[in-house]
Amino acid sequence: MSDASIDVKAETRLDLLVNFWKHFRTNKGAVIGLYFFIGLILVAVFAPLIAPHSPIEQYRDAFKAPPVWMEGGSWKFILGTDAVGRDILSRIIFGSRYSLFVGVVVVSIALSVGIFLGLLAGTFRGWVDTIIMRIMDVILAFPSLLLALVLVAILGPTLVNAMIAIAIVQQPYYVRLTRASVISEMSREYVMAARVSGVRTPRLMFKTVLPNCMAPLIVQAALSFSTAILDAAALGFLGVGAQPPTPEWGTMLAESREFILNAPWIMAFPGFAILITVVAINLIGDGLRDALDPKLKRS
Amino acid sequence: MSGDTILEARNLVREYHTKEGMFGKPVVTRALKGISFSLERGKTLAVVGESGCGKSTLARILTLIDPATEGELLIEGEPIDIRKDRLTRELRRKVQIVFQNPYGSLNPRQKVGDVLTEPLKLNTDMNEQQRRDFAMDMLVKVGLGPEHYNRYPHMFSGGQRQRIAIARALVLKPKLLILDEPVSALDLSVQAQILNLLADLQEEFNLTYLFISHDLSVVRYIADKVMVMYFGEVVEYGTRDAVFENPQHDYTKTLFNATPRADVEHIKARLAAAHS
Ligand SMILES: Nc1ncnc2c1ncn2[C@@H]1O[C@H](COP(=O)(O)OP(=O)(O)O)[C@@H](O)[C@H]1O
Ligand SMILES: [Mg+2]
Repeated sequence: MSDASIDVKAETRLDLLVNFWKHFRTNKGAVIGLYFFIGLILVAVFAPLIAPHSPIEQYRDAFKAPPVWMEGGSWKFILGTDAVGRDILSRIIFGSRYSLFVGVVVVSIALSVGIFLGLLAGTFRGWVDTIIMRIMDVILAFPSLLLALVLVAILGPTLVNAMIAIAIVQQPYYVRLTRASVISEMSREYVMAARVSGVRTPRLMFKTVLPNCMAPLIVQAALSFSTAILDAAALGFLGVGAQPPTPEWGTMLAESREFILNAPWIMAFPGFAILITVVAINLIGDGLRDALDPKLKRS
Repeated sequence: MSGDTILEARNLVREYHTKEGMFGKPVVTRALKGISFSLERGKTLAVVGESGCGKSTLARILTLIDPATEGELLIEGEPIDIRKDRLTRELRRKVQIVFQNPYGSLNPRQKVGDVLTEPLKLNTDMNEQQRRDFAMDMLVKVGLGPEHYNRYPHMFSGGQRQRIAIARALVLKPKLLILDEPVSALDLSVQAQILNLLADLQEEFNLTYLFISHDLSVVRYIADKVMVMYFGEVVEYGTRDAVFENPQHDYTKTLFNATPRADVEHIKARLAAAHS
């Protein structure tokens, strides 16, 4: 039997993707989460077309109008209006833009900086490693929301600063994850073989090792996307994130908390929006983890 | 020795400094305790020894991956110290290595074609087309085909992967090839094929081999000279026949006694069986 005779079909990137989708599809929750997330993206993109009203226009004849299925509700304001007469549905639809924006920006910053620092720490070890990891330990030592709050207090209460603060707070997870994968990959023989082929350190870090460390990072990115949305909403609720009249979900919650007893829908709908979005993204993250990294699978 | 010496090692020492735990005291492992030998062009030196005696450490020093703690290394008469001098392309090209584990030595995210052209891209002035053609030729020379060029390593068997690893080592036209237990992870029948391939390639490219192994039957089949290592020291060094017929050191004798099937007839029979 000749070992050279085993023949397999050529595999392309497309096949890898198809293979991945096959794994991913077996997880029902993840697929539902994905559909919801795609829907959310469409809503965010086409918000001006879908929303029945402007998110900041105040209807002075309809303060705290209840949603359509409650007594006194009308089809004009399907989910009712808030204390100053703004349509809640429209505000939630426009609010999806901010949430997705926060998620994308925070994950991009945290991921790229985290990968870079993790690669440095894992490749050079020694004092570089010590300095980077001790700084990360310090960040981790604070409760994350408290630290974000302090950072925003220093930087000033805007949505952009809130995003920067959240990205900094999430940084250590990416750095640790990257560093751990890099260290374990660096000791493998293919890395040594690459060195013997003349691959120098920068290329080794980014081209040889990094692609083999991506699976856990992608999973982490998905999961921290939802954490970012949640943290941004929390900062908004505490009044140091997006400022009124921005239709950000957390800010909407904060504005409505004094009406929780006599007009509970004002608070309920933004809360639901946050809840469902976060659950959907976490489901996607779980599905990604199972499909990309069988080692991490919960048995 | 006045012959054509390609590599000479003088008194190589390698120490590993490790710490046990965060507050543990540093531990020094002396993996090589002063190794000297020389390698003649076109010949095969087999390095034998049990696991942990420092064979891979020696391989990494000779391949210029890790520096030696002490001692001198001369390649084609030129002293080399990678702690002081930057490695030149020319030097890089002279020594290449094939690792033991064909499942760990190929990057899972790199297509075979890229595995073979990357060294050329980094060390030669060939253009893309030349690199491609050259890599294709090399694939054929190691018994694979051009149709394997665009595949990923996970689609190959262990023996095929080892062929790819050999091709990668040879694209730079090295003069010296270090083989760190290149067949010990493979099935017997595949072992014989790879050993034959190595013998053919040695003739075709006038290669010098340093063949690390713990399998004496393999050593007897392929070696011109034999060096036996024991806990980081050379305990026996001589021509194959001298070492096999008249081992001097106690450790070598035990080693040979522990391998009852090391006679020539047996190996020939084994290889013949593997071929059919
Ligand atoms: N990177 C390393 N750090 C610390 N000790 C090592 C390292 N590599 C090898 N050693 C030690 O050096 C000795 C020789 O190892 P090695 O050269 O791998 O032996 P062999 O290849 O003959 O099995 C062993 O005791 C091993 O534990
Ligand atoms: Mg070894």
